[in-house]
Amino acid sequence: MQHDDVIWSVINKGFCSFKVKTKSQKFCRNEYSLTGLCNRGSCPLANSQYATVREEKGVCFLYMKTIERAAFPGRLWEKVKLSRNYEKALQQISENLIYWPYFIRQKCKQRFTKITQYLIRMRKLTLKQQKKLVPLSRKVEKRERRKEQKALVAAQVENAIEKELLERLKQGTYGDIYNISQTAFDKALEEEEVSSESEAEEEKEEELEEEMEEESEAEVEYVEDFEESDISDIEDGDKFSTTDLER
Amino acid sequence: MTCPPTSWSIPNFPKMATSKKKKMPVREETQDVENDSAMAVPSSAIPPPNISSIKNKMRRTQEFIKLKRQRRKEKKELQKKKKREAEALGDEAPPKKVPRTIENMRVFDETMVDPQDEEVLHDEAHDEMASYFTRDTRPKVLITSSDRPRSTTTRFLKELGQCIPNSEIYYRRGLDLKKVIPQALSKEFTDIIVINEDRRKPNGMLLCHLPDGPTAHFKISNVKLHDEIKRAPKSTEHHPEVILNNFNTRLGHTVGRMFAALFPHDPQFSGRQAVTFHNQRDFIFFRHHRYLFKNNKRVGLNELGPRFTLKLRSLQKGTFDSKFGEYEWVHKRHEMDTSRRKFFL
Repeated sequence: MQHDDVIWSVINKGFCSFKVKTKSQKFCRNEYSLTGLCNRGSCPLANSQYATVREEKGVCFLYMKTIERAAFPGRLWEKVKLSRNYEKALQQISENLIYWPYFIRQKCKQRFTKITQYLIRMRKLTLKQQKKLVPLSRKVEKRERRKEQKALVAAQVENAIEKELLERLKQGTYGDIYNISQTAFDKALEEEEVSSESEAEEEKEEELEEEMEEESEAEVEYVEDFEESDISDIEDGDKFSTTDLER
Repeated sequence: MTCPPTSWSIPNFPKMATSKKKKMPVREETQDVENDSAMAVPSSAIPPPNISSIKNKMRRTQEFIKLKRQRRKEKKELQKKKKREAEALGDEAPPKKVPRTIENMRVFDETMVDPQDEEVLHDEAHDEMASYFTRDTRPKVLITSSDRPRSTTTRFLKELGQCIPNSEIYYRRGLDLKKVIPQALSKEFTDIIVINEDRRKPNGMLLCHLPDGPTAHFKISNVKLHDEIKRAPKSTEHHPEVILNNFNTRLGHTVGRMFAALFPHDPQFSGRQAVTFHNQRDFIFFRHHRYLFKNNKRVGLNELGPRFTLKLRSLQKGTFDSKFGEYEWVHKRHEMDTSRRKFFL
């Protein structure tokens, strides 16, 4: 015999394994519950005529239970597949629950709406880029951080960079930009020496030639006597410069 | 001179004959002291008492400090002696011993590249980055981040953009990377850098060389931005020089070439900027400096721009495809992190 009131009075005041109590609310964990709250009107155990909407793998079904099948728990719930079309499905719900209490009809439609909305959201999310969460092992991360610190100390990055730059300078990749370059300076010095040597050699050769010429043309020349320098020159002693003295 | 510690005696008393010690009331355990009652045993034969057996913490620490001081003194004397001997011998002195470092003890890697190796040269002339090195293509870099980047990451992106010439920063608006790549190809980008962010900090970098080039995934750590570096001057638009240090293995060569392909071929020496990728023990340190030659033996370095470390996580052939891509190298922690002296780059 199915006495809903008796069942409710026992469940409500006594123990119900589906009931979850919080400070302000009572919830019903029964999978066939329509609203999820623990009320007299939405308890699937305490109502012999009851209906819900549930979804399995993206397909929504309307479940109905009537008092005639209360004795056959295996056949208790009637399962109706709802159409993929939202309006048609709502119509189906209305058709199947015609003459049922307004509360159950309304709540079924609301539940169905919510289900379709979250299914739409799920489908949209899978299309967007999903962030893959990778678990970190604390020990390993700590070890790696320590290794990095040690590697940084061992690396002496600044010194390495300086070495490399100086090598590039030596090899001459910078060309003539930096005048401080020793090699360029040395090269320049060498060039000067070479040129001066060659000049000196040339001069010597010229002198030799001249001497030779003079000797060959040894003629007696009569030269004037040295004249004493004029007094005017001596008086202009201030204007004497070092170069004049050297001469 | 070490005395067995007793509760009432001043420790600096010279050592007495053992027989007398026996009569003194000893409150601590002196198990390790040999008691030769009959003869005065020379002090060197008696091992000093174990410091760790002193129960009193203060006295124990004092004894330990004394012991350390003594040891240090002995060590210094030994060193001085050795130095004197070496100087005395002059040229005959035994060669200085080289201390062992992790780099010295590195496990032999058969993929270490010999610079004159023909096979390697041939490979490199025909790999994906070859077109950059033959000056057929100019680098054009696309820098982006993961979705919805935070302020630190956006600042990091901007600094990277400043550091790498000819780069453009685009914000990721929830686009799939696989869809970004054909768009970038159509706009003639040569490289894509994607900075991944976690907990408001950049923590990963994906470097993808574009016309079907390899994709390298790095872990970023220790990011220091331009604002955080003290007294850092501003960087200019000049093309920097690239310095790649210690990329010795075959894998290291590939990664090094990928880095080099980011920067334009001809550095502008008037800018005096240098970008360094220094590899040490598989950590790649990135630095951006302005240098100044003080004379031909000394350089001054002034750090600009960002500074961070990278660690290679995986190298994949072809453009980004995490599911079906062919991975050339993946870092597997449990297998590859077992030896402290084995490195891969």
